[in-house]
Amino acid sequence: MRFSRKSLGIPYAVFLVIFVAAPLLFLFYYAFTNGQGQFTLQNFTHFFTDPNTLGTLYYSFSIALVTTLVCLLLAYPTAYILATSNLRSQSVILMLFIMPMWINFSLRITALKEILNVIEGNLAMHPFLNAVVGMTYDFMPFMILPIYTTISRLDGALREAAMDLGANTVQTFLRVTLPLSVPGIVSGVSMVFLPAMTNYVVLDMLYNSTYIMGSLIGSYFAAYDWHGGSMISLILLAMICIFTLLTGNEEDAAGGRGGALL
Amino acid sequence: MMWKISRRLFLFLILVFLYLPILILAVYSFTESTNIGAIRGFSLDNYVTLFTTPELTGMIAGTITLAIGAAAIATVLGTIGAIGAFYSRKNMSAFISTLNQIPVINADVVTGFSICVLLVVALHISKDSYIPLVAGHVTLCAPFVFLSVMPRIQQMDSSIYEAALDLGATPFKALTQVLLPQIVPGIVSGFALAVTLSLDDYFIAMYTKPATFDTISTYVVNATKGAQTTIKTALWALSTVIFVIVVLVVLAANIRALRKESREGGRRAE
Repeated sequence: MRFSRKSLGIPYAVFLVIFVAAPLLFLFYYAFTNGQGQFTLQNFTHFFTDPNTLGTLYYSFSIALVTTLVCLLLAYPTAYILATSNLRSQSVILMLFIMPMWINFSLRITALKEILNVIEGNLAMHPFLNAVVGMTYDFMPFMILPIYTTISRLDGALREAAMDLGANTVQTFLRVTLPLSVPGIVSGVSMVFLPAMTNYVVLDMLYNSTYIMGSLIGSYFAAYDWHGGSMISLILLAMICIFTLLTGNEEDAAGGRGGALL
Repeated sequence: MMWKISRRLFLFLILVFLYLPILILAVYSFTESTNIGAIRGFSLDNYVTLFTTPELTGMIAGTITLAIGAAAIATVLGTIGAIGAFYSRKNMSAFISTLNQIPVINADVVTGFSICVLLVVALHISKDSYIPLVAGHVTLCAPFVFLSVMPRIQQMDSSIYEAALDLGATPFKALTQVLLPQIVPGIVSGFALAVTLSLDDYFIAMYTKPATFDTISTYVVNATKGAQTTIKTALWALSTVIFVIVVLVVLAANIRALRKESREGGRRAE
């Protein structure tokens, strides 16, 4: 057979089918069957009727929402100041804000935990606060980067034009810069919101024993309940798909997670 | 003036928030203290423990081996996949790109759990074979390599490849000697990205690893639940070592960019 570049796509397509598509199909199978392999909707109805799992969903949303807001309130001014400053070595200073991304998250949370321990005395007293602080600490670089990128790509002439036409600094920001930086905000929000619903290790490490969506999968995994765990995975997957479609953000997801490397 | 100072101050405070915990831990890692608070005498014990305890050195070596191994496989797969997808018919190309996007946007908990369900639960592949773990990490990393290589192929001048063929090169030779060299930067950054993703992963390893194997993430998470003080403070040393390595790597990677920037800055000043 003649070698052609097209055929190079085949091994990767096969790989994706086996390790990406097939696992998801099996999630469907396990989610809608019981231990005897019979079809059932029980896992599905259980999630949406049990007060415990609904409480978990609510708690996940609360933590994710507050974390995202706090991240945004801290990251936006950071990105804005950086992008509009005339600092000589802007890219180096940006690097300082991104670098924590590359330090193992469990070690960073350990460090944060030791500090919070000293400040709070007893970590177990402030579970919600700890979770939000921990996730903000962990995820903030992922919010700063896309907002910085968007603002720094804005044409400075737009701002100058607004000023020339009589807008003051605040008006220029509210009417010009902020609306134009929405794509960066959306991208940053999706980089923070979804992990905040699922990354239960941050809670575990900071002595918050309340479940979030990710913890449900962890607990089903620990109990060898593949059916229950698959259903939660599917529900999460559905939420992620809806979120991605709403924000139209799939293109940026890689750039966000890849940090400055991509 | 006040405005300018408060802007700088804000940036500074955010940096303090991001770095203070790591730096405080770094200071304490050089002492005999077992808790943050009163500093007790200077000591390198934590570093000695870190590099002489088999459990710790084994865990670190395992993490690095896994990261480099999985990243290497992912780089080969992702690069070949990107080249293949770029030259495939539209349908095939869209099919690959769509599937490729799933692990990127999916939560790692779901990716890890689904791979465990397929390989371990349905296909009965033992976790002790390391196959689920390596497969999981390759699945996490390869899509990012794909995304890192793809723009390079798109930007490439395709007539060079055609010219090589016209001048008598076999398609394979044209691929390895003409096409590949042009996309090396994408491959390198894809590999680097894959290594960092694997090093930082907790969830996929958690759901697919053998019980006796630990990565830094799974080990640290477990250790924080235990109360073994020597291990706890040795991990402070590990955190410091990793911090220093990251700083050095980032510096090395940016020195060229920095030089260029300062040269341009100098020109502007003239």
